[in-house]
Amino acid sequence: MEYAVQHTASLTLPARPRGRVWRRRTPEIVAAGLLAPSLAFLAAFTYWPVLTTALRAFTEQGFGQRPTWGLGNFARLLADRHFLAAAANTALYTLGTIIPSLVLALGFALLLRETTRLNAILRTMVVLPMLIPLVGAAALFSFILLPGAGLLDWYLARLGIGATNWLGNPDLALGAIIGITIWKNTGYYMLFCLAGLAGIPEEFHEAARLDGAGGWARLRHVTLPLLGPTIGFLVVLGLLNGLTQIDHVVVMTQGGPSDSTNMLLYYIYQQAEQNYDAGLAAAATLVSVTMLLALAVLALRGLERGIHYES
Amino acid sequence: MWAVPFVWMAIASLRPGLAGAADIASLMPAPPFTFGNYREAWQSGHFALWYLNTAIVCGGILIVQWVSVSLAGYAFARLRFRGREYVFIAFLLQLLLPPTVLIVPNMLTISRLGMQDHLLGIMAPYFASAFGVFLMRQSFRAIPRDFEDAARIDGATHLQVIRHVLLPLARPGLTAFAIVSVTAHWNEFLWPLMAVSSPDRQVLTVGLASFTAGAESGSEWGVIAAGTALVAAPLLLGFLVFQKRFVASLVFSGLK
Repeated sequence: MEYAVQHTASLTLPARPRGRVWRRRTPEIVAAGLLAPSLAFLAAFTYWPVLTTALRAFTEQGFGQRPTWGLGNFARLLADRHFLAAAANTALYTLGTIIPSLVLALGFALLLRETTRLNAILRTMVVLPMLIPLVGAAALFSFILLPGAGLLDWYLARLGIGATNWLGNPDLALGAIIGITIWKNTGYYMLFCLAGLAGIPEEFHEAARLDGAGGWARLRHVTLPLLGPTIGFLVVLGLLNGLTQIDHVVVMTQGGPSDSTNMLLYYIYQQAEQNYDAGLAAAATLVSVTMLLALAVLALRGLERGIHYES
Repeated sequence: MWAVPFVWMAIASLRPGLAGAADIASLMPAPPFTFGNYREAWQSGHFALWYLNTAIVCGGILIVQWVSVSLAGYAFARLRFRGREYVFIAFLLQLLLPPTVLIVPNMLTISRLGMQDHLLGIMAPYFASAFGVFLMRQSFRAIPRDFEDAARIDGATHLQVIRHVLLPLARPGLTAFAIVSVTAHWNEFLWPLMAVSSPDRQVLTVGLASFTAGAESGSEWGVIAAGTALVAAPLLLGFLVFQKRFVASLVFSGLK
């Protein structure tokens, strides 16, 4: 604060007839000027793409024909088994990462909430994966999951378990991808859980304890309801991540084997970049974004309820 | 168990290259350690160039964002104008529709603006940040109005108030935003992969991916581990040194 006082005091400004210029300007004009840089980029890279995607999705462009309006792209989309596989995988991937990440994050947060030297080190270890790029995680896990000579198989072999082709087996590949994402995201979620736990007054636990509530009952009836807003937020974040965090799919499996790790965003990328099917890509983007918004609104509703509960 | 991948990265990257491939999976540190893998990674990839490009991208995004989010944050924190709530909601929409989701239409926009295959093309979609606007709005709101009232009476313009009164006081907010922004863009992969095709304009993540794909066949895992460590090192070191500030910033990034 002291710093600011000095700063303001040392501020010499050109002697300008006071207020003459901006008294005439309405707050709307000033605000428009201040918001203009942000709005220009939002318009170019958020609103405009959403608009063109929506228009493109409903436009059918036959070869050498005039474009017509219709639902043809969506019909083609729903008939494409690659899309259906990608949609199902994205749903599995999202659920399969959100739930274990949340449970683990909450568990770690409860275990490590007391600040001791050991806990600080353990927390750091859980948090570190969130700082490396997903492509970096993919590089490390490419070796860990390498059949035979890889880290996992090497140690499993000592337990007498044979080599497994983790990424090459359609039944295991998605699980491996999910595992990597859980490893990477749990630390981030844990930070939020720790912050949420720190916000719960100690008296609540004390009161519950005096009423004879055991550890499990306190967790179930005191801690979890009060963490409602945090968990709701993390669910929204997890939904968004489920759609966008596919870097490891791109470098490790390219959606394979036999579509078992294909994801919506990767499908969209393939349609646009490899098949040059802009209509299909637009329809798939629109479907993904609509689903995401709908689920996020649902989760935020739940979040609101959590806040009401709190107050 | 959580740290095993990092432990392996550290040990494998320091293992002498000539050690048999059989025990590359071992987590037992085996001296003598060498930096041979790092040297080889540095020479076979264009790490110096990738570092530079990544730094330009992260720095460029951050500088423009600082300006755009400070101006907009001030408008939402201090001005009462008609339609403020609606405009604010329109901003927040970006939180749920990040540029990652809109890569395909954004590619078209980039190429129409002539930014395809330029670092500017990687940066442009991120120049506006709803999250940053939100964060700066909160930071400005926490500052008492007395300071700026004094400046305003002296005839300061809005821009002068922001620049000389509010921003010096909102420095923690700017730092928090910088940490979140740089972490996100340092690690981003899919968009830079699409937006740029020339090898000399690649960023670290894209470089690492091509580097890994190239090395995988030769089972040069020690070199890959070293390359990954090189990419991740700046953020990991930053985190270990400024842990408290990192954690506070990253958690703030979610608490609305």
